[in-house]
Amino acid sequence: MYPLLLVRYGELSLKGRNRKTFEDLLLTNMRSRLADLPHGRITKTFGRIYLETKGNWAALAQRLQGVFGIVSVSPVLKRELDLDQIKEGAALVIQDTPGQTFKVEARRPNKAFPLTSPELCNALGGHLLRNFPHLKVDVHNPDFVLNVEIRQEGAFLYSQVIPCLGGLPAGSSGKGLLLLSGGIDSPVAGFLSMKRGVTIEGLHFYSYPFTSERSKAKVVDLATRLAAYNAKGSFKLWIAYFTEIQKALQKTSYPTLSITLMRRFMLRIATQLAEREQALALITGDSLGQVASQTMESIHVINAVTTTPVFRPLIGMDKQEIIDVAYKIGTYETSIQPYDDCCTVFVPKNPATRPRLDQVLEAERELDVEGLVSEAIAKTELVQLKA
Amino acid sequence: MRNEIYLDNSATTPVAEEVVQAMEPYWTIQYGNPSSPHLRGVAAENTLNACRKQIGAFLQVDPSSLYFTASGTEANNLALQGVANIPYFLRNPGHIITTPIEHPSVLKVINHLEERGWSVSYLKVNEFGQVDANQLATLLKPDTKIVSVMLVNNELGSIAPVQEIGRIIEQENRERQHKIVFHVDAVQALGHLPLRIPELKVHLCSFSGHKIFGPKGIGLLYVDRQVPLRPILFGGDQESGLRPGTENLPAIVGLTKAVQLVTENLEENLRQLQNLRQALIDGINTIPNSRINSPQEGAPHLLNASFPGVRGEVLVHFLEQKRIFVAMGAACSSKKKGVSHVLESIGLLQDELMSAIRFSLAPTITLDQIQYVVYSLKETVEEIRNICV
Repeated sequence: MYPLLLVRYGELSLKGRNRKTFEDLLLTNMRSRLADLPHGRITKTFGRIYLETKGNWAALAQRLQGVFGIVSVSPVLKRELDLDQIKEGAALVIQDTPGQTFKVEARRPNKAFPLTSPELCNALGGHLLRNFPHLKVDVHNPDFVLNVEIRQEGAFLYSQVIPCLGGLPAGSSGKGLLLLSGGIDSPVAGFLSMKRGVTIEGLHFYSYPFTSERSKAKVVDLATRLAAYNAKGSFKLWIAYFTEIQKALQKTSYPTLSITLMRRFMLRIATQLAEREQALALITGDSLGQVASQTMESIHVINAVTTTPVFRPLIGMDKQEIIDVAYKIGTYETSIQPYDDCCTVFVPKNPATRPRLDQVLEAERELDVEGLVSEAIAKTELVQLKA
Repeated sequence: MRNEIYLDNSATTPVAEEVVQAMEPYWTIQYGNPSSPHLRGVAAENTLNACRKQIGAFLQVDPSSLYFTASGTEANNLALQGVANIPYFLRNPGHIITTPIEHPSVLKVINHLEERGWSVSYLKVNEFGQVDANQLATLLKPDTKIVSVMLVNNELGSIAPVQEIGRIIEQENRERQHKIVFHVDAVQALGHLPLRIPELKVHLCSFSGHKIFGPKGIGLLYVDRQVPLRPILFGGDQESGLRPGTENLPAIVGLTKAVQLVTENLEENLRQLQNLRQALIDGINTIPNSRINSPQEGAPHLLNASFPGVRGEVLVHFLEQKRIFVAMGAACSSKKKGVSHVLESIGLLQDELMSAIRFSLAPTITLDQIQYVVYSLKETVEEIRNICV
């Protein structure tokens, strides 16, 4: 029924001189996400994008709901510049929109059309009220707005507004390295960074045979789901060899610090890999106070090994809020599969919630930190994934 | 294949070469549907009848009391739900007696029947997962309708006194208008002990193909003709209407061959399995702080042991690097969800639960291989204990 989708991208248009770059990036990302769906031309006019649907509007709209940078989409009906035809179209759009109160908003960039905007509103409002007895006009707080735009090409009518992800287009913000366990939190942290335009690569710490081949498969699955939000749908997943570090940590004479020490190793490896890959930030799924390694004291001591910025997009989120996002982006079901990753196998009975930097440095004196880190990086494998 | 040692035969077995050969013509040449009226169908029907007859002979039962299903799980479901679906029981749910160490395909059906109004009592098991038959008398009620007991436990290898239980039920039934139906899950028993259904006095008995070097996707239920079992799937008239659906003839042929092999070679196989198991027990006993969870007089193919301080999952992955495949005895994580109900019900301590491993043997394994397994096990347990203090 709707030959066009109107795509809105609010925040982008505020970005001054960068605007064109952002818009072009968004168009490229849209084309790439829609590549396998039949559709027509994508055109950019006056701060919005129109997409020809070729009768496929629902599938296209659904796909665009997963593209960062788009605020909302509306399916648009098109009619000739003729009042009777516009009335007929308005009735069709109304039938497709739930709600009891409405108002009409008209815009008329094409001044050749005989009715002014207020005249058009009146004409359409009257027509609809006559034909739909259940409807009432409410200009202040309507259930929906019937939009009419009189343009050169014809009259555009729409009322549904389908909310999308918002954010900035994928690839507009540089690269980040996501520390990806198999849990619920880290994919969400990745998603939220990607929302602000970050291109993500993943880093997983693999401790086979302490963990299973299946725990790796689980991380690959999670990364594949995130790949859909990266530009071009591709995702680099680094699998770092963490077994020797785990072994070394089991022997430390400071068992309550083993998680803190482990996290410091992870950040060291991530920092070096980020440098090599020219990633500008590390991203973790820390949520303040959730577990022993995520208290402020722990984060402080763990963070001390790096000068690379560490993004923690979940820092203020409660577990349920994180789960809600995980559920929405389709990672939850995979994350709760019961294959242990290194974070769950090696948890000591009483991990320190308030580690002190001087104790941690003391504990690391027992370990060949540099050697272990270099070995882990040397044995890191790359898995190249496609959404 | 040659250099791997597969000790997870209670999960599934490789299909025996003879079984593969026996099945082969039934995919592309003898592909008929036994229900078809033409010659292709008649040939298939003849094969089906011949298979049923052969299995009947091996199990020493009337062939017409055997019903092919798609799995051991389905056989257990058909047995229990099939009794519960008898019209009288639909109106008057009764009482079931079972054990806490049954396979989920029995326990979960019974949970479901509880929702339908049945009540349940559990026979106690001792620290080796063994049942005392004399307990049965104390649990019997006037409305007891089903007793379901597994012959060989799939995690421990403990053997239930099915023959005695059968005798008690037989006596009890003499006085009863509504007879007690006795179901035995014999999936792990076939091929691992001498099995004569008539002596067991059971009414329903479940089997599976892929635990005896047969194909997956085939199970079997023996149904005493006194039991007016009702179907749980509805459709055509196959298997006397008790189990509709076109017969899986290649798998039925495979199952028949597999039953033949394990029956004909039973004595020889038992001797080999017993030797292997004893060697494994002796070997494990040399590992410090280890514990055999299976009873000494258990099924000859199964041995469950714990190595406190070593997580079962970690041991499985260390051993797989040496091409030794064993099963985790209990859980794959510290989450309660995965903990084995069987090992819990025999009262293992947390440390023993988390470190339990199941070895399930096959007659093709050699003593040399068991020696290698014991050596690797000892080395690995020590290695892991050194790492994870």
